[in-house]
Order: sequence, then C-alpha cells, then structure tokens
Amino acid sequence: MCLAIPSKITHIDENGMATIDVDGVQRSTSLLLIEDPKVGDYVIVHAGFAIHKIDEQFALESLTVLRESLAISMQADSRESDMNYEL
Amino acid sequence: MSIKHLEEYRDPELARRLIDRIQSISSKSVGTKSVRLMEVCGTHTVSIFRSGIRSVLPDGISLVSGPGCPVCVTDQSDIDAFIAISRMDHVIVATFGDLIRVPGTDSSLQSERAGGRDIRVVYSALDALNIAKQHPDKRVVFLGVGFETTAPTIAASILTANFAGLTNYLVYSAHKTVPPALEVLVNAPDVHIDGLILPGHVSVILGSNAYMFLKTVHRKPCVIAGFEPVDILHAVSSLLSQIHAGKPELDNAYPRAVTPEGNPKAISVMDAVFEPVDAAWRGLGTIPRGGLKIREAYARFDAAIQFDIQVPEPVIPNGCACGDILKGIKIPPECALYKKRCTPVDPVGPCMVSSEGTCAAYYRYVSNL
Ligand code: SF4
Repeated sequence: MCLAIPSKITHIDENGMATIDVDGVQRSTSLLLIEDPKVGDYVIVHAGFAIHKIDEQFALESLTVLRESLAISMQADSRESDMNYEL
Repeated sequence: MSIKHLEEYRDPELARRLIDRIQSISSKSVGTKSVRLMEVCGTHTVSIFRSGIRSVLPDGISLVSGPGCPVCVTDQSDIDAFIAISRMDHVIVATFGDLIRVPGTDSSLQSERAGGRDIRVVYSALDALNIAKQHPDKRVVFLGVGFETTAPTIAASILTANFAGLTNYLVYSAHKTVPPALEVLVNAPDVHIDGLILPGHVSVILGSNAYMFLKTVHRKPCVIAGFEPVDILHAVSSLLSQIHAGKPELDNAYPRAVTPEGNPKAISVMDAVFEPVDAAWRGLGTIPRGGLKIREAYARFDAAIQFDIQVPEPVIPNGCACGDILKGIKIPPECALYKKRCTPVDPVGPCMVSSEGTCAAYYRYVSNL
C-alpha cells in the first residue's frame, strides 16, 4: 500500500492537485496534506496524497540508494524465477 | 546512527557492508544469537521477501511479520458490514482493491459485484468523491481501511465533500491506529519479540515521538525504517546493536522522511474528522483507542450512522490462522490450510488475499515451504 519511491512534482493546478513523476511515470496527486508545495519538490505519496516533502538532496540520495538496492533485489528476483514455483 | 549514514548511502557496497556488520554483531554476542525481530508493516514484509534479506541473515535471527497489513487486521464484522452496504439499493461502493476478495462470513465484495452490485476500485478517496459528483442520484460509500497514513487522506475527502456541499458521499470508517496495537503486542504474554521495525509511512505522519513509550515504558529496542533493502538491513543492524548493548533506543533510521513531530497538517486534518475509539482487530481483539471513528460534527458522512447495517454473526473461516500470524506467533506454513485449501487464487483468509499479507508473501517468495 505504501509507495516507497519519492516522486517529483512537475505541475500544480489551481485546485491543489499536482502532477507527479514517479521514476518516469506521471500521476495525479493531492497536495492538501502538505505545507507550501512547489514544482520541483520531491514528495512521498500515499493513496493519492502527498504526505511528506523531502529535502531535494535527501531525495536524490534516496533515489541513488534505491537504484542500487533495485539491483540487489533484481538479483534476488532472478534467483527466484529460476526456482520455478507455481502462482 | 542518525545523519551520518546518509553519506554511506552513496556507497554501492553499503548493503554488503551492513550484512557484514550484522554478522559480526551476531557472532560476537550471545544475546543476539537467537533473536526475533518483528517488522510491523506489511510493506516492509513484502520488501524483505522481495529483496531476499531473510536468506542473508545469520542463523538465529528471524524476522517475523506483524499486524501492519490494513486489510488483514480488518475485523470479520467490518468485512461483513462492507458486504451488507454493497447490497443496499442506490449505493455505489468505492474501495481500495485489496478488500474486494476478502471472504466475509457468507460472501465477498467480489461475489457481490459478480451478482450485479456496483463496487468500484479506486486509487484515492478523491476518486470516490468524483464518483459521488458524477452520480448525484446514488449514495457513494467509501470503505475506509488503513492506518494513520491513510486516515488523513480519507479525512481530507470528507472535509472536501463538506466544503463542496456534497450530500451523497459517505465513509465507513474501519481505520486503525498503530501505537495502541504495539502496546497490546509488547504486553501480550504469548508474543515474544526482541525488537521492532516500526512502519515507515505511519511514522511520516505521526513522527518518531509517537513511539517513545516503547523505549521509556517497555524498554523495547525499536527502529523506524524505510523500505529499501539498505534501509531494512540498517534497521536490523541497529536493533542487534541495541540488543547487544542492552540499551533499548528509539532509532530513526529513516530521517529523510520521518521527523520527531511528523506531519502536523496531516495530523490536524485527521483529528478534525476522526476521534479515537475502541476497535476490534482481527487476531488482536478489541484494542482500547485502537481505531478511528468519524466525529459527531461529520455524522452525516458516517455510513455506520446513516445506514441500518445488519450483519450475520461473524464466522472466522475454519482453520484460518491469520489471527496468530498477525501477532507473529505462527508463520504461514504452520497453518494446515496453507497452500492446500488456501491459495492466492482461492484464499480462505485475508492474509492470503492482500498483496501485503504474510501468507501471500510466503506463497509468492518462499518456494520450498
Ligand atoms: S494460509 Fe490461508 S487459511 Fe491459513 S492463515 Fe493464511 S490466510 Fe488463513
């Protein structure tokens, strides 16, 4: 249920809705629950609402870490697909 | 342990080094050779399984899943109430997707939808609000399930509906609050947990201070963690250090998202609409102030008040061990129905339905059990 990847605000409209970029994918999100949002801010989004504004430096750092850890989990996933379990 | 590790975040070898550290603490200390750490949050559970972290931890360190899957802890009587609402005339039910397939006592939302009831999966409470605007002749009921991360979003939808003068939008609140449930867990005589990995995004809202009682009153090692493998390894390493030192802390290992005070705006929106109420949790029983109900000022949005909801005497599926799994007492393979009568395609209990459920995670990621 939680979307762990920080998303970047790319557009804000007059109704307090924003377009966000989640690692390349565009989505709509409400800004009602955070103070003073701006285009370019990185936010954590939950169930269609931005719930936290991350310091940009922090956000870029966590994206870097995320890419690294995705590499780790991809290794785990490819191991797992070798195991051929039924779903 | 606070800001400094951010420097290390840039190091691609970080995960490996964290594992080395975990191994080294664990080999040095008798006290950490057999420990049970609980990840409270369902998103952590999935992240832990997907990244393969369980297999790299030293023997004797086990990660057990807790009650942090909102759909899983929703009481059977609430599931039955959702189904009863969906059967009412001139009603559209809006819900997050995971609830659809949870078996109630005599039906499920999925079966009701197949039988012609109007049940729609939404991504956000605002989507439900839009459905209400588009269908002024119907009453749209949003099924409010989730913790303090979700509750402010539902509260915001009620405030928006109030502001817009929308009279056909309602919410059935089955929201749960995390700190009271943790209190019950750490006090439960049959639950043995040496340290807690606290949920990341509930903490974004509540702030780390909300868990201070775990350290001061219960002396339980705690860490607030993000969702990436490095975050989780960092959390495990922190807990082992605390246990090793015999010094319980409340460590915030997710400072890029979690502050001591949390998100004051989200908290004030949540508090404006909801008040604490004693609430029934699946597996944990009735928890004092463990849920949120809609305040009287917003009673016209409260489906529990506006509808006469009749539910059957709830029957928990025979043999389903979800209750013990949510407390970390059992693991899914210890349930007699696991992988036999109960599979993701034909689930018996909610822990096999939800993508965050422990049984679903075991089914998907643990191939040999
Ligand atoms: S395997 Fe199915 S029946 Fe058993 S505890 Fe999990 S959800 Fe319940």
